[in-house]
Amino acid sequence: MNNIYRSLIAIGAFASTVTPVIAQEAQSLDAKVNAAFASVTGPFVSFIFAPIPGTSFPWIVMWLVIAATIFTFYFSFVQLKFFKHAISLVKGDYSDPNDAGEVSHFQALATALSGTVGLGNIAGVAVAVGIGGPGATFWMILAGLMGMASKFTECTLGVKYRNEYEDGTVSGGPMYYISKGFAERGLPGGKFLAVLFSIFCILGALGGGNMFQANQAHAQISGIVGDYPGWITGIVFASVVFMVIVGGVKSIARVTEKVVPFMGVLYVTAAMIIILMNYDKIGWAFGQIFAGAFTGLGVAGGMVGALIQGFKRAAFSNEAGVGSAAIAHSAVKTKEPITEGFVSLLEPFIDTVVICTMTALVITISGQLILDTATGNYAVEGGKIATIGGTSGVALTSAAFASAFSWFPFILAIAVILFAFSTMISWSYYGLKAWTYLFGEGKTTELVFKIIFCVFIVIGAAASLGPVIDFSDAAIFAMAVVNITGLYFLMSVVKSEFVSYKERLASGEIKKFEH
Amino acid sequence: MTTKLVVGLDGKGSGDRALSYAKNLAGLIGDCEILVAYIIEWSPYSFQTPEENAERHKRREEEISTALERVIDPAVAALKKDGIKVKGMVRHGHVADALNTISEEVKASQIVVSRSSDGGLATRIFGSSTANLVMTASVPVTVVG
Repeated sequence: MNNIYRSLIAIGAFASTVTPVIAQEAQSLDAKVNAAFASVTGPFVSFIFAPIPGTSFPWIVMWLVIAATIFTFYFSFVQLKFFKHAISLVKGDYSDPNDAGEVSHFQALATALSGTVGLGNIAGVAVAVGIGGPGATFWMILAGLMGMASKFTECTLGVKYRNEYEDGTVSGGPMYYISKGFAERGLPGGKFLAVLFSIFCILGALGGGNMFQANQAHAQISGIVGDYPGWITGIVFASVVFMVIVGGVKSIARVTEKVVPFMGVLYVTAAMIIILMNYDKIGWAFGQIFAGAFTGLGVAGGMVGALIQGFKRAAFSNEAGVGSAAIAHSAVKTKEPITEGFVSLLEPFIDTVVICTMTALVITISGQLILDTATGNYAVEGGKIATIGGTSGVALTSAAFASAFSWFPFILAIAVILFAFSTMISWSYYGLKAWTYLFGEGKTTELVFKIIFCVFIVIGAAASLGPVIDFSDAAIFAMAVVNITGLYFLMSVVKSEFVSYKERLASGEIKKFEH
Repeated sequence: MTTKLVVGLDGKGSGDRALSYAKNLAGLIGDCEILVAYIIEWSPYSFQTPEENAERHKRREEEISTALERVIDPAVAALKKDGIKVKGMVRHGHVADALNTISEEVKASQIVVSRSSDGGLATRIFGSSTANLVMTASVPVTVVG
């Protein structure tokens, strides 16, 4: 073990001494990786983000919004009516004391959250606000609220149709509920959709769950220590991830799992303090958000531009309808699959409605986005709002927090690295589950995926943000295409569980346990 | 009516002292049943990776069978040999809470534990399981030194 640590330190030391010499060559290596990557992923990205004919609105964004709206109405606003019940479930009020020691609702939620709360909340929101203006925040919150119903649907199914093996382990997720649910209802094509989902899930795991994280972590580190080639960050990250997922060094994962929630709380607290310090601007910021939501305040694409950015980033951040959370939530111990559905609807709320909104408010209030005083609109340069210092992505969030606390970029850098790391660990598991669904369980097949996963960390850190973010979004949205198709066919299953649960809750058959 | 005593074991020597004290007590009482309990420290609010969650059920079973094998079964066998009525159980949870819950469930007349064998910073801040039990238990607690 010590040897591995020593070699890591050696890699770091080596990297810092030889960097100036090889920097130029390495930068061109980064450029090559970047160009090759962009050309390979281009057609896939263009297909996923193809606009609806005659408009500039990507069909995929419409697909997610329509699904979230349908689920919201189909389950008669479950996200509002059962919000309190969800909190009660997380607190363990309805948990059987005899199940102590099994995965609790809280743990399933916390694990799923550590996979979603991450760079999407810090960097993704900055991208949305940087392109779509503060108005994107409004659409992001709306998408978050609606997405709660999508999450509820998929996570209920995730638990209902999971595989429970003889050795006591479980596997669940869209590939299982689509194939088993379709077969149970006599519908054709379940197996095909499950395979398709698994392929996209692997791409999503390598994209948003990996490359985007590595890329933004590198951006954050180089923002502090100065520019250096991305592949160095990539190799360090890949080594640590390799130690955890291949070497089984659980201690690293365990430390991360404990520190990440703490960082999350610290991040929200810092954001709250900044917002409260600027209490006189809160009204103005909300004014910008509302005005921008319907007019765009001069951003590229106007209202539609703000809306697309808001919806895109919300979906990317909370992953509602994508199906990833159904994999994480399926491990919970419960006799009622729908209870996990209720718990999971808190996830988009915490992720998007609370944390993403905090980031957006801090960016707006900090004045990093340059306003054109003559028109009152935002100054747009090359399709993006001009910012002080020309920052974008995580650097924009960092600059916004630094305007209040000059030392905050250091904390943020640590948070970004840890968030990136925990998201990678979560997605390596999601990707692995999809991989084993396709190729079967077994040490060698698992090892192949884990090595591919680590290689993509290096590619992600070396490539530039544009192609990486496009591919990450495209892969994650492709998962949603298959998953939501499955959800439409299976939502009546959730409905009958829902109706039965509501009746038993009202009759007192389902009651709280005394703890 | 049979008097019930709950004995909390910690898998260490100090637990044995609690057990032999309870055995003597049972002899004095006469109609008495001893419940030997081992609590696996666990919180529903800890954080775990997706992989740990997927394997949790399996791990729980393993934890329970290890505790039974190493701590509870030998204690139960020893008491049975001495002709004492005895039952063993393993639970997950906070030690003080779980022992108290068990004593309420079985309507025990008292809980017997050993003086805490844990130490260090955590104990200084949060107090030991034994101290917590003494403060929160709803039945009398005997702490064996």
